Amino acid sequence: MIAPFSMTEQQRPSLSPAELPLCALRTTMRMLAALLASLIFTLTYATLAAKSRRAEIVLIPLLDILQSVPVLGYLSFTVVFFVSLFPGSALGPECAAIFAIFTSQAWNMAFSFYQSLRTIPSDLDEVSRSFRLTTWQRFWRLEVPFAMPGLVWNMMMSMSGGWFFVVASEAIAVGEFRIDLPGIGSYVAQAIAERDLGAVGWAITAMTVTILLYDQLLFRPLVAWADNFRFEQTAARVVPASWLLDLFHRTILLKFAAAPLAVGARRVLRARLSLPQQLRGSLSRALSGRAGGILWYGAVLALLAYAMRMFLRFVGPVLSWEDMASAVGNGLLTLVRVLVLVAIATIVWVPIGVAVGLRPKLAEKVQPAAQFLAAFPANLLFPLAVYVIVRGNLTASIWLSPLMILGTQWYILFNVIAGASAFPTDLREAAATLRLGRLAWWSKVLLPGIFPYYVTGAITAAGGAWNASIVSEAVQWGSTKLNASGLGAYIADMTEAGDYPRIALGIVVMSTFVILLNRLLWRPLYAFAERRTRLD
Amino acid sequence: MSFAPKDAVLEMRKVCMAFGKGSGEPSLPVLADLDITLRDGEILGLLGRSGSGKSTLLRIAAGLVRPTSGQVLYRARPLDGPEEGIAVVFQTFALYPWLTVLENVELGLDALALSRAESRQRALSAVDLIGLDGFQNAYPRELSGGMRQRVGFARALVTGPTLLLMDEPFSALDVLTAELLRTDFLDLWVGRQLPIRSALLVTHNIEEAVLMCERIVLLSGKPARIATEIAVHLPHPRDRLDPAFRAIVDEIYSELTSHAAESVAAHKAGRGAARALPDASVNRIGGLVEALSAPRYEGHAQLALIASQLGLEVNEIFPIAEALHLLEFAELKDGVIKLTAAGQVFAAGDTDQRKQLFREHLLHFVPLAAHIRHVLDEREGHHAPRVRFESELEDHLNEQDTEKTLRAVTGWGRYAELFTYDGVTKTFSANQAMK
Repeated sequence: MIAPFSMTEQQRPSLSPAELPLCALRTTMRMLAALLASLIFTLTYATLAAKSRRAEIVLIPLLDILQSVPVLGYLSFTVVFFVSLFPGSALGPECAAIFAIFTSQAWNMAFSFYQSLRTIPSDLDEVSRSFRLTTWQRFWRLEVPFAMPGLVWNMMMSMSGGWFFVVASEAIAVGEFRIDLPGIGSYVAQAIAERDLGAVGWAITAMTVTILLYDQLLFRPLVAWADNFRFEQTAARVVPASWLLDLFHRTILLKFAAAPLAVGARRVLRARLSLPQQLRGSLSRALSGRAGGILWYGAVLALLAYAMRMFLRFVGPVLSWEDMASAVGNGLLTLVRVLVLVAIATIVWVPIGVAVGLRPKLAEKVQPAAQFLAAFPANLLFPLAVYVIVRGNLTASIWLSPLMILGTQWYILFNVIAGASAFPTDLREAAATLRLGRLAWWSKVLLPGIFPYYVTGAITAAGGAWNASIVSEAVQWGSTKLNASGLGAYIADMTEAGDYPRIALGIVVMSTFVILLNRLLWRPLYAFAERRTRLD
Repeated sequence: MSFAPKDAVLEMRKVCMAFGKGSGEPSLPVLADLDITLRDGEILGLLGRSGSGKSTLLRIAAGLVRPTSGQVLYRARPLDGPEEGIAVVFQTFALYPWLTVLENVELGLDALALSRAESRQRALSAVDLIGLDGFQNAYPRELSGGMRQRVGFARALVTGPTLLLMDEPFSALDVLTAELLRTDFLDLWVGRQLPIRSALLVTHNIEEAVLMCERIVLLSGKPARIATEIAVHLPHPRDRLDPAFRAIVDEIYSELTSHAAESVAAHKAGRGAARALPDASVNRIGGLVEALSAPRYEGHAQLALIASQLGLEVNEIFPIAEALHLLEFAELKDGVIKLTAAGQVFAAGDTDQRKQLFREHLLHFVPLAAHIRHVLDEREGHHAPRVRFESELEDHLNEQDTEKTLRAVTGWGRYAELFTYDGVTKTFSANQAMK
């Protein structure tokens, strides 16, 4: 099952700050590669799910589960897989890292695209049908453009989350084996090993610059461009702007250079591509017939049974009920941490978010900062905190906990800011004329108004915290190890020991916790919030 | 089977449409045995109330929807899906917000696989024809409603269609804009500047139909049937104040009122509570009573007159009038609505007296309301889930009508304090005040 590693110890990166620009570039390239893969995945997977009832029944629940699996948990498996796929080449670990980032980005993008495809307005659909556009033309002329704003927004969210994982996946240690891919993540890992706080500072600076450049050069233009695809036909209040896009539009030379590309794209996207009538007929008959149905569900069940058997065969001989109890116990500990941290973050950030959101001038300045903080990979900051804990002899099981939510608490902040700034002025004015007391103003007016936004932020923050637990519950500073115990620490320990059955157990338990939390807490809360704040 | 007349552009023969309610259950018919022919050189109007199946019929003609049974012939050949030569104009304009005016118009040509130059050329001439010059590079969101619908027309006409299907094309526009677009369209049509040979206009605006159409078909009933066909032999341009024009408008109004009165009579004659109720809010019912009792009407008015005075369209005035008739606050006959004695008392009463009277009439004349109250009284805790009545209604009505009927009866019952309804738990309860 587990192929022997053919790669030996790699060369240790140097900690000179001069290495950082190249490191940052390589890290960014990994991000871009993963984003491209996510985009391709989204366009195919979500389209299939939206177009075929049968595929939908399998693909959508699967997506839901995949979303809940901790990305860093199965890094050890994917490393083994990709290394054995490309033995002796750096391509293996590279692929593993890109795959890890991909899995942190793809699911929500696919969900967004699927949702968009399902909500295409019927009149636009009828136009495309009455003009007899082919499936290919429809896809590029109607479906992709309609889904674009949501997709771009989710890509941005994915990228924010992605930095965290790219940093984590560049320095992987599985059992005896250690991989360092040149990049900011491995640079920091090396700095930790050498107890070099200055180098950590340089890495943080490099990351900050990288994210800012990335935002200006890629995302601002993309968001400004995607605004063309907004469906509401009313004029926009605030039009997203990008100096780069403006420059591009204004520069004749650039336009001239891009013209052949545009013509080519136009040809391809407008081509009347379609399957030959006969093939299409027999395909749709085969896919929709009763026999096809039985075959399909049979295959799905068989695959499920096979996967189940493989899993039991893999973990069965090694694991006992005590392992199960230990994993679940650790899971409960992490669960308590997540809930307490979300509660604390709520108490801290909701009042601040409201205060900021109700002042449009201030919100304009704070919002980008909050979004930047959400994108900044918090794991780069861990060494600073660990340094303090080690120096101050603080209790690891308490003081390591805040690291879990360090990176994701900003989602609560910027969602609350968004909610408060979108709060209707007339409702605020009405509250003012009624001269409501402080308590009534919060409990009856504002909190219910921003509740849906808050829930969205809290879901993201909690989800991120589970993932972060794997890197934050067990940390090192040089040779000093801190362990807070919990499910994240459990998975991290087992990864370090190369104990695959227990890693698998940890992942399954964590996924189950996340799914249960989503089903029993977040989803009902979200449904409640939606129902209560709708006027019609 | 008869042969198609030579000048038929589109012919529907015994077209039936039913929407299934899921496997096993019987489907509910929407259209029954319709025979409609669109002839060369005419605009055919299709009038009916909302939910009468007009839009479904248009989509069948467009090949977007397949009828449950019956035949659709386009130029004497069976219609199988959307066809080159049939174009549609939508009520909501259905413009692609991410495409400019010109690109939206060109979209119609994508299926024809023309060269880029020819496609651009044809799009520009359509834009020119429809009066959109200078707006080519604008995005739909920058345009007013009237300009948007012009884009809708240009996009439909750019392919040079033989048949134009218009689904309430002017109903989302303000009165002045709509009038301008109608006359602009008629000028092009009468001046033979359009490629189309025949057009279908679905509308609920009676005057619009009389202004534009050569023939008008009235749909009524559930499932919808052809109630009447009225020919309009007036020369273009037509004058709304012309007595002949008014006579046709009045004729259509009295046709529609007699159908409304019939449907109320059928409601009363029918046993059981599972019948569709007109979707009229208590405020609108009260408002119409109030308006009728005003000195200028003295309790009775021509429906056509009071509708235009109140600025209501057919699809708005009729549910209210029908509700009044059903509750016996007014009587509908030959295009005239007349308050009953009870209606006069209602108009004169204060809030409590009105509620009292409304409650009595509701219990007496609306079997569904009485049924809900009865069920609540029978039950231990005086609660009943909405689903219970929903499933009873759905045996006889489609989803949309069930929804409308329950919405109407909930509003009326709440006003009359006959029962209360909790929208979160979706349950009816007996009103505490009643005990």
